[in-house]
Amino acid sequence: MQFLIYRYDPDDGREPRMQAYELDGFDAGAKLLDALLRIKAELDPSLSFRRSCGEGVCGSDALNINGRNGLACVTSLAELAQPVTIRPLPGQPVIRDLVVDMSQFYHQYRAVKPWLTVHDPAPETEYRQTPAERARLDGLYECILCGCCSTACPSFWWNPDKFRGPAALLQAWRFLADSRDQATAERLAELEGPYRLFRCHSIMNCTDVCPKGLNPTRAIGKIKQLMLKHLV
Amino acid sequence: MKIARRKFDALVIGAGGGGLRSALQLAQADAKVAVVSKVFPTRSHTVAAQGGMNAALANVTPDNWHWHMYDTVKGSDYLGDQDAIEYMCRAASHLVIELEHAGVPFSRLDDGRIYQRPFGGQSQDFGGEQAARTCAAADRTGHAILHTLYQRNIRSRTHFFDEYFAIDLVRDAEGYILGAVVLEIETGEPLLIEAKTTLLATGGVGQLFRTNTNALINTGDGIAMALRAGIPVQDMEFFQFHPTGIAGKGMLITEGVRGEGGYLLNKDGERFMTRYAPHAKDLASRDVVSRAIASEVREGRGCGPQGDHVLLKLDHLGDEIIRQRLPGIRDMCLTFLGIDPAKAPIPVFPTAHYTMGGIPTNRHGQVVVPHGAGAEEPIPGLYAVGECACVSVHGANRLGGNSLLDIVVFGRAAGNHIIDFLAENRYHRPLDEASVEQALARLARWEEGGDGESVDQLREELQRVMEAYCGVFRDQATMAEGLAKVQALAARLPDARLADRSRVFNTARIEALELENLMALGLATVASALLREESRGAHSRIDYPERDDLRWLKHSLYFADGRVEYKPVRTKPLTVDSFPPKPRVY
Repeated sequence: MQFLIYRYDPDDGREPRMQAYELDGFDAGAKLLDALLRIKAELDPSLSFRRSCGEGVCGSDALNINGRNGLACVTSLAELAQPVTIRPLPGQPVIRDLVVDMSQFYHQYRAVKPWLTVHDPAPETEYRQTPAERARLDGLYECILCGCCSTACPSFWWNPDKFRGPAALLQAWRFLADSRDQATAERLAELEGPYRLFRCHSIMNCTDVCPKGLNPTRAIGKIKQLMLKHLV
Repeated sequence: MKIARRKFDALVIGAGGGGLRSALQLAQADAKVAVVSKVFPTRSHTVAAQGGMNAALANVTPDNWHWHMYDTVKGSDYLGDQDAIEYMCRAASHLVIELEHAGVPFSRLDDGRIYQRPFGGQSQDFGGEQAARTCAAADRTGHAILHTLYQRNIRSRTHFFDEYFAIDLVRDAEGYILGAVVLEIETGEPLLIEAKTTLLATGGVGQLFRTNTNALINTGDGIAMALRAGIPVQDMEFFQFHPTGIAGKGMLITEGVRGEGGYLLNKDGERFMTRYAPHAKDLASRDVVSRAIASEVREGRGCGPQGDHVLLKLDHLGDEIIRQRLPGIRDMCLTFLGIDPAKAPIPVFPTAHYTMGGIPTNRHGQVVVPHGAGAEEPIPGLYAVGECACVSVHGANRLGGNSLLDIVVFGRAAGNHIIDFLAENRYHRPLDEASVEQALARLARWEEGGDGESVDQLREELQRVMEAYCGVFRDQATMAEGLAKVQALAARLPDARLADRSRVFNTARIEALELENLMALGLATVASALLREESRGAHSRIDYPERDDLRWLKHSLYFADGRVEYKPVRTKPLTVDSFPPKPRVY
């Protein structure tokens, strides 16, 4: 198979470039991460990328694969047109090769205060939550913070410092939707203004690329609806 | 050498559940705490835990902590320390509730309480009916807990050093641990973090084995750091093979599948666990089920063209239950096997999963070393929790659902003990420069130029040797050969060279440092296993098929020079009567 991979090491003084690799002998069902690990082991130990669990739950190996964001470990080689073109996630500063600086992404995540806030004194036992109330968190809590969505979002590319981005807003809704949370007014107030929430123009790139099948666009819509309800 | 320095009250190395739970305890007590992690915290391997966390909440079946304690002692094949096990099982319910209050999205019962599922080795009333003790957030419990703990830590303003790799501990001549030298992966610059206490929470060493359920980051870094600091490692011969890894690939299929009603079949379509564990069947302890699967395959009853696996059937649960309670498993099967588990069974085989052994600690998380005849003393300023530690609550075999519990219970306990230690030790001790130089030498070694062996080649050989010579079934001759092979690999390690010596985000350098850790722990594992002439828990000897409590009811301690000593099991619980060893049947 043919691969074309973005290379850049600020330490070697060379310009960023696309480098071609050719490697065969993959098992049926092999994933792109298998290919990257073999390229690093057999052809070029200097190729740098993040990886950890290899099964789509840690969110380390988000990349731009043939123009589309995804996780290398759950992307089948068989589905990819050749040469497989691999670039770092778009819109983020490149540290080296396929490794990007995700500081802004994490900053926006922290900025939505992604933790349960309860003002009442805690009971001795668990907070009661019906299965239906708990079901509202499905499709929200599973986010792995891989960054595929936010770095596919044109609004986030333009305003990564002001627009929270789909991943952070999905988390904002995850806590707004939680029957245990008591900070609805504060959370909504935090998201007011022209940028933080309202830069979302429902382009839906986020939902299109999410490797976990989550739908940030819908979550953002729900926040907007709730905000409206609180206004009237 | 000039090196940047930072000072904190407490240093936590590792940002999985154990590290984050202790950091939270410390941050909430206003200690100045730093967490160092080689990956962004939510990428730590706790995130991959699926089935749940044990606590005798009795939401589904009658239950109490004492029954949980009995099951854990029995599951450990009586090698677990009963004071620590009592402490853990007593604390469990309170800590699950605390996690729920912190926001963990546990699945729910109709009455709104936390959902609990049956898991292997669980019983009511000391060996009676199956219990349902495992608190679950679908089959993503580790993810739910890890993200919640990270969120609580950012709320409490814990200081994170993300993507810093720990090189070595710094200690002084009196044996105090003064912090650690770490490497900022992005810049390649070393950093000295001075701390009054250092806690290791670096996870297990699943990458010792070729096929494993573990993340690529699970290279036993903290355990090897302890070994290099002169601390022995305990019970390394006990490595858990999870019964149901995806055959040939290794991804974990949670025990929760069997807890929800799935079961194993051989090629004849026989539900073979009824022969090996007539009472508990598919929910016997993991060591029992793994041996049963391996035996079926060895005896020619394996499935598939190679006869090299068995099948895990769960289609009878129905699509709706599978989507609701096992959505992650469903995704994994679709992604990696192209199988919908609501339609077809999953091919599984025992797969390297969990390090029962590790850095010896007491139930406060203090690292302890032998001191005179039979006594132990803590290393001042050093703590360890979670999979890298050996308290030992898991003994020779860990029960499913007890590892998420272990990290939360002992993460918190260590945090509390550190708070007390800090109250009595208000100042940083003078730095030991020689110890810092020694740590930096470990880094400098990989700057050597020239041609040499590749790190990848050595790691791959090590993993193959460990799998072939120190797997589910063991014997003298095979392990002696395995030890010689690992020793030969270790002897080649100094000749390995890095082709990439860039300073910036050099993952090849990290992998080289990780290989040094793996190699040290490979030696520890085979050497300890070779000496233990009995079968207990996960350590199963063909040549010594019986447990031998007279000679071997004791913990092993492997030292970096290859020496192995032993120490007694603490069979006396804190308040209740001891559970004396008896034959272990399920």
